[in-house]
Amino acid sequence: MSTELLNVVAEEYKDIKAKYPSFSPGDTVNVHYKIKEGNKERVQQFQGTVMQIRNQNSNGETFTVRKVSGDIAVERIFPILTPNIEKIEVLRKGKVRRAKLYYLRGRKGKAARIKEKLRK
Amino acid sequence: MPGLIGRKVGMTNVFDENGKSIACTLVEAGPCVVTQVKNEETDGYKAVQLAYGERKEKNTPKALQGHFAKAKTTPKLKVVEFRDFRSEFDDKVKLGNEIKIEDIFNEQDYVDAIGTSKGKGFQGVVKRHGFGGVGQATHGQHNRMRAPGSIGAASFPSRVFKGMKMAGRTGGDRVKTLNLRVLKVYPEKNLVLISGAIPGAKNSFVILEK
Repeated sequence: MSTELLNVVAEEYKDIKAKYPSFSPGDTVNVHYKIKEGNKERVQQFQGTVMQIRNQNSNGETFTVRKVSGDIAVERIFPILTPNIEKIEVLRKGKVRRAKLYYLRGRKGKAARIKEKLRK
Repeated sequence: MPGLIGRKVGMTNVFDENGKSIACTLVEAGPCVVTQVKNEETDGYKAVQLAYGERKEKNTPKALQGHFAKAKTTPKLKVVEFRDFRSEFDDKVKLGNEIKIEDIFNEQDYVDAIGTSKGKGFQGVVKRHGFGGVGQATHGQHNRMRAPGSIGAASFPSRVFKGMKMAGRTGGDRVKTLNLRVLKVYPEKNLVLISGAIPGAKNSFVILEK
């Protein structure tokens, strides 16, 4: 017996991930996130660069989106399987050489740019 | 309490309807075979003995071989006695009967899980008993950051009391975690998804009690 049996649980969540487009670190995405305020529900958009994807292909998969608004950078971690994500849009594919873009944290403005990956 | 024997598969997480992530443990439990039913007349107390897992006959002690033969079943790996298996399960509890997960556990039930915690080896008092350690590295301290401090008074009682919390072997104990919620039962795979963590390593035996 092994942990393969965990796939029985993962199977139920397969469709949720399948409905989002595939993206990777360096891409610019727009996440439509449902927020409950009292009884009302509204959708908040969070647009930024995908900094990392953690625990890929497990139920605990999360991705971190970083955006700089004004002078303040905001990083937000979304579990990919949460039912609160309404939609993920991939706006721009980025060309990066590593899986975790921690180096963006130390950079500002022009230095924090990511080249666009052009389709072949 | 009615229960089942199983094995810990591993941990994962699921989301509830509010989008909250719940850490949970998957346990492969049962099917278990009833190998003995104890009653008040012959044994002095009521209990049900269940057996779980397969093993080869050549690896089974002769005494147990006979015991399993009596219940007309193949040799099993783990035998556990459950006291006071509630009477509502009386029709299921017959010698040689197989008890499955759906017979006992339903979704939203509260269960207790018993396992053998992971062995940590010889550990100091900070890890073993949650001592605070010495709070600071300066003011004359230099190598006593995780020391236990005083273990008693002086000429009276001029001994150390029994049971004083000290460093030593940690983990590897039988641990019972109470009131865990059953999130889901997979009858066809003999799996049960339980909210929270269960003591023990992956693949180790787990006893679930309702």
